[in-house]
Formats: sequence, structure tokens, C-alpha cells
Amino acid sequence: MSWASLEDIFLSTSLASYLDKKLLVLLRDGRKLLGILRSFDQFANAVLEGACERVIVGDLYCDIPLGLYVIRGENVVLIGELDLEREELPPHMTRVSAADIRRVSCTVRRFPFFGKIAILEKLSI
Amino acid sequence: MLFFSYFKDLVGREVTVELKNDLAIRGTLHSVDQYLNIKLENTRVVDQEKYPHLLSVRNCFIRGSVVRYVQLPPEGVDIELLHDATRREARDG
Repeated sequence: MSWASLEDIFLSTSLASYLDKKLLVLLRDGRKLLGILRSFDQFANAVLEGACERVIVGDLYCDIPLGLYVIRGENVVLIGELDLEREELPPHMTRVSAADIRRVSCTVRRFPFFGKIAILEKLSI
Repeated sequence: MLFFSYFKDLVGREVTVELKNDLAIRGTLHSVDQYLNIKLENTRVVDQEKYPHLLSVRNCFIRGSVVRYVQLPPEGVDIELLHDATRREARDG
């Protein structure tokens, strides 16, 4: 395995320029993982340190800590570099606990027709 | 190798990449590789409200295997050049 040269980092499509940066990884199953990229390879397998899963239901979100993750490249959709100067989420979104987000997402799954807002009002969140 | 070479010539152009999960991202083509993985800069999601988590993402790497379409500006396409390259590839490949 060869080490990344300066050219690799600035001009190519390698993930070398994303090393040690906080990233958002979108997976094929719709999950969103955030973490610091520590390693990668030609298949876009990746090692994320301090990973957490950001679950978003309507206007609510929750970050569930996961620890050190190795992601198999075939599941990766997109790897995005988070701009630290900007807000990661729109300001109207509210952070809730893991238990609340799990409750809300179960209810939304069972009653998709009524819409997420109606469900959230019912749950008085 | 034809499309790899073609995309290399399009580096610096504004493109919209539509993914198999229906997400569409507009941005400047920064680089492409042999797997047609794409790196975009100055990205913005086409339907921003539907994907709030991508608000602060300005640069991204997109795995080639998840791309459905790459939408190009019509001025970016030299049809004759493409035709010639395709004929050459078909003849030699």
C-alpha cells in the first residue's frame, strides 16, 4: 500500500484530504453517521472514531453515540465534510433524548399516513 | 476508461449528481477516479428541506456505485468528440 502524496490529497478523489476531519457518512440503509475519519482504503471502507448516529424524525433529532466504527465501503453512499463555520442542522430542529426519538420513530413507522407533525402533537413533545 | 476521461475533462464544471436513493446534489466537479467516484465542492442539496442533515456539507465524496445520473450543462458536452471517442473505443476495445 502506498502512502498519500501531496498530489493525492489536493487533486484526486482519494479520501486522504478527509483524514482526521469530522465527517457525515450516509449509508445505503438511510443511516447518517458522524465521526472523525481515521482510515480508509480503495473500496471506501472507513474507520470512524467517536462515531454517532444522527436520527432525524420530522423536526426532532438525536445523536446516539457508537464509538469506534469500521464501515464496509459497499454501504457508503456519500461522505461529506462538515463545515464547522455553519450550523449542521436548521435552527428550527429540536434535540431530544434517545428514548424519545425511538418512541417517535416507532409511532411514525406505524402511522405514516397521518404525517409526522400530527404524531408529534399527539405525543406532546 | 472513456467516461473516466470524459469526466476528467469536465472538472471545474457545475454538475448535479442524482443518486440511487433519489438524493440530488449540485456542485462543482472537483475530481473523478477510475471507479467514477466523484468529489464535489460547493455542494448544495437540490431539495434542501427534505435532507436537513446535509445543511453544512460543502464538499463531499460520492461513491461511484450509488450514482444514478450525472446531469451536465449542455454547453459542457461536445457531442462530436464523444461520438469519435466512442467509435474509437468500440473499435479498439
